[in-house]
Amino acid sequence: MEFQFQFDWQAAINAFPFLLKGLPYTLMISFGGLIIGFLLGILFGLLSINRRWYLRWPATAYIEIFRGTPILVQVLFIFYGLPDLVGSPIEPVTAAIAAIAFNSGAYISEVVRGGVQSIAKGQREAGLSLGLSRTQTFWSIIWPQAFRRMIPPLGNQAIVSIKDTSLFSVIGVGELVRQGQVYIANTFTAFEVYFAVAIIYLVITLSLSFLLRLIERRGMTAA
Amino acid sequence: MSNNIVEINQLNKYFGQHHVLKDIDLQVDTGEVVVIIGASGSGKSTLIRCINGLEEYDSGELVVDEQALAPNGGNQKVLNSIRKEVGMVFQQFNLFPHLSVRRNIMLAPMKVKKQGKAAAADTADRLLERVGIGNQAEKFPGQLSGGQQQRVAIARALAMEPRLMLFDEPTSALDPEMVGEVLDVMRELAREGMTMMVVTHEMGFAREVADRVIYIHEGRIVEQGPPDQVFDNPQNERTQAFLSRVLSH
Repeated sequence: MEFQFQFDWQAAINAFPFLLKGLPYTLMISFGGLIIGFLLGILFGLLSINRRWYLRWPATAYIEIFRGTPILVQVLFIFYGLPDLVGSPIEPVTAAIAAIAFNSGAYISEVVRGGVQSIAKGQREAGLSLGLSRTQTFWSIIWPQAFRRMIPPLGNQAIVSIKDTSLFSVIGVGELVRQGQVYIANTFTAFEVYFAVAIIYLVITLSLSFLLRLIERRGMTAA
Repeated sequence: MSNNIVEINQLNKYFGQHHVLKDIDLQVDTGEVVVIIGASGSGKSTLIRCINGLEEYDSGELVVDEQALAPNGGNQKVLNSIRKEVGMVFQQFNLFPHLSVRRNIMLAPMKVKKQGKAAAADTADRLLERVGIGNQAEKFPGQLSGGQQQRVAIARALAMEPRLMLFDEPTSALDPEMVGEVLDVMRELAREGMTMMVVTHEMGFAREVADRVIYIHEGRIVEQGPPDQVFDNPQNERTQAFLSRVLSH
């Protein structure tokens, strides 16, 4: 028996309109989660280098737990486990945003910690020696410099998180992969459709990379 | 009430097991220029870093501008109010690379003294003129030579109108041809009556500008006096050995 596979371009192209219905979900979950994750990252990243152990330890625990467990387990826990605890069901999209937020928040905490710790201690000493308070020294001297160094790893995390949203098809969020699965169930064109899905992810991540290069370059000329 | 801006009694400091400062007694008079010399690792930088609370100490008494500075820095308000009165110039300049030269100088007056932007900018430009780089205000620190950066650092400290200036090896990180321009600014500052404590290896500067030279050996002040006395007729054999090493080449 002879078997020949032929890539059907038309099938891939036909799938796009249906697949793109998943794009708003993918983008909303990615960026919604990342914005909250960024705020969590600043908070826990700074707490993790605080002088006071009772602030440092809980922050470190959060980071280790969410970095050390798979995001798939985290979202399943939030979606299926947490409703038992809070007594009401959680929307799939809410669970998905929360998973991205807490997961990226843990990684971003480490990015923040690394960025802040990379600034030479002479910068802090110069600020303090001028009479600035520790808070003033941090926000007007350390943070602006640290943030600039954080841009490349933050971009990296954004790309990872965008791709992580593909896992949320398991809780029925109608994002790109889920749309692909539904489409394939009717057309049996798995190869073409997943190819199309991959292309959409690539367009998102490449646009982001390009944007970040631009921002980085602008940051360089200012310093 | 004394005229002393710095009063140190029986100050001791350890880095772990290492006894860095031993029973330091030191008074600095208003308007005095004190130059501290000694081998590297002798504790001279640590000593001046204690005066603005960048280093904690273990025992003794430290009074700066009539305010007692606790061994562990103590009250943050007292510490900040001392730091407002005490400027510091670092070996590595420590300019803020993300701010323009003018902004470097404006930052503390605006944040600490709540000076308006226009007034702070005026002060900055006037000070840049004074240290001889009035035309560099818009540049960023990374675009300046080491000597220019250190002069900006001096201007930045002066913008707070300090009563005392600490210099921690201000020329040690400079290429030899730039040492002179920084020392000139310091010389001028001394001539105008600024109280200064200078840790340096520039013996020529010490001899010319200092009112008093202090020699520190292994954490202890072993000799002090007017420059001609310390340099030409040192009493302590450790001072003699140190000076013969640094002056003979």
